[in-house]
Amino acid sequence: MNVVVTGLGTTSPLGGDVASTWEAALAGRSGVRTLENDWAEQYGVPVTFAGQLVVPPSEVLSRPETKRMDPSAQMAIVAAREAWADAGTPEVDPERLGSVVSSGIGGVWTMLTAWDTVKERGASRVLPLTVPMLMPNSPTAYVSLEFKARAGSHSPVSACASGAEAIGMGFEMIQSGRADVVICGGTEAAIHPLPLSAFAAMQALSKRNDDPAGASRPYDVSRDGFVMGEGAGVLVLESEEHAKARGARVYASVLGLGMTADAHHIAAPEPNGAGQTRAMELALERAGLTTADVAHVNAHATSTPVGDMIEARGIRSLLGSHADQVLLSATKSMTGHLLGGAGALESVFTIKALETRTVPPTINVTEPDPELEVDLVRDTPRALPEGQIAAINNSFGFGGHNVALVFGV
Amino acid sequence: MALSKDEVLVGLAEIVSEETDIDTAEVTLEKSFTDDLDIDSLSMMTIVTLAEEKFDVRIPDEKVKDLVTVGDAVDYIAAA
Repeated sequence: MNVVVTGLGTTSPLGGDVASTWEAALAGRSGVRTLENDWAEQYGVPVTFAGQLVVPPSEVLSRPETKRMDPSAQMAIVAAREAWADAGTPEVDPERLGSVVSSGIGGVWTMLTAWDTVKERGASRVLPLTVPMLMPNSPTAYVSLEFKARAGSHSPVSACASGAEAIGMGFEMIQSGRADVVICGGTEAAIHPLPLSAFAAMQALSKRNDDPAGASRPYDVSRDGFVMGEGAGVLVLESEEHAKARGARVYASVLGLGMTADAHHIAAPEPNGAGQTRAMELALERAGLTTADVAHVNAHATSTPVGDMIEARGIRSLLGSHADQVLLSATKSMTGHLLGGAGALESVFTIKALETRTVPPTINVTEPDPELEVDLVRDTPRALPEGQIAAINNSFGFGGHNVALVFGV
Repeated sequence: MALSKDEVLVGLAEIVSEETDIDTAEVTLEKSFTDDLDIDSLSMMTIVTLAEEKFDVRIPDEKVKDLVTVGDAVDYIAAA
């Protein structure tokens, strides 16, 4: 069963919707800014910047909605409403509509604010909606509720691969015949002093406090860690048959999915990248494509000293000399790393790149890593060739989760 | 110093409005929380928790089921 993409939605550090986010990405703008709080002074949080939303959900949702949902669910709802409207509000039997929206971390703001309440004002002041707000399946549950998705509502959790895995699961729900339409994607709202401190304790974050916009620099020789981002990306996937029957506009097809696990280390990727490469290989195989069909890769590339090149070497080893013609882009250079939202936002970018035949740039690369042997799109967008082409979107997560999605036009 | 019933109504209406988007003017003494204002049990518990804090009163869980109308809640809080 062929699966197509008929709707896109996002709220991101580059804009409150797909149009503004895509425009900013093509312009090579950074969405990373200094945080307007005193967490550094108050708690000694060593990182003072992040990729924050341009349009806070409180500006587009009603007051009760912002009180009932954790920020992670609010962002998911904003993106899901856009995607659903973009798909032309499909008429679909609720029992044939699914939702798969993941978060890597869950309702961390709700949980920690409620704990502050317990400590400062006692257990009786904890609000009754705390549990439905903090549970990591809350975003998919709210999406299911709003759109009456009764075929199933899921939220696979695999750290920074969660959003991509959710799209993979949506793809499989349709392929296996469980649903005709699935609203799927990822969300994250973890710009809070605790996750920032914890990621900093792992030495995972960039410490360029004096240059936030230049901090996320995948493949640059001076990259020093990732930049925390927030936001959500949502796709409407549909069986080709269902989309055709209602005359829907189709952006691209979901052609393949490859998922593997490193089983190597709880946080570090396998040094030779075998698991990551195998995910890409499996995705192409499932798509029935060869490496020559790949025109573009939206890399996971988070701007960490080790991770970026493991993936890049894997792409080179898989594609061989064809890698010289594959346009590689690391959009986290502009958005920061949306953790559980990353794979979904980057799927939006990958699909827009295929639709418009234009690959967004990787910014902040002043001196590319000398070992990089893939054609990196730097500073300005570049055109993709005409004809049938495919693109890979990679996402990897702490825990050794590797997910590769293949889209095609 | 105890608050007057009017003062409690104003404060309670603000809480209800924040939680539900119902206009404060709609929150009047004779309205039933469930039948007129369409407030579900979790929202009701949220309103109770916020009211306890705002008015510095204790509303026992077993008492909440007796607070059928806005007036019931205002009376209870003003007398507490």
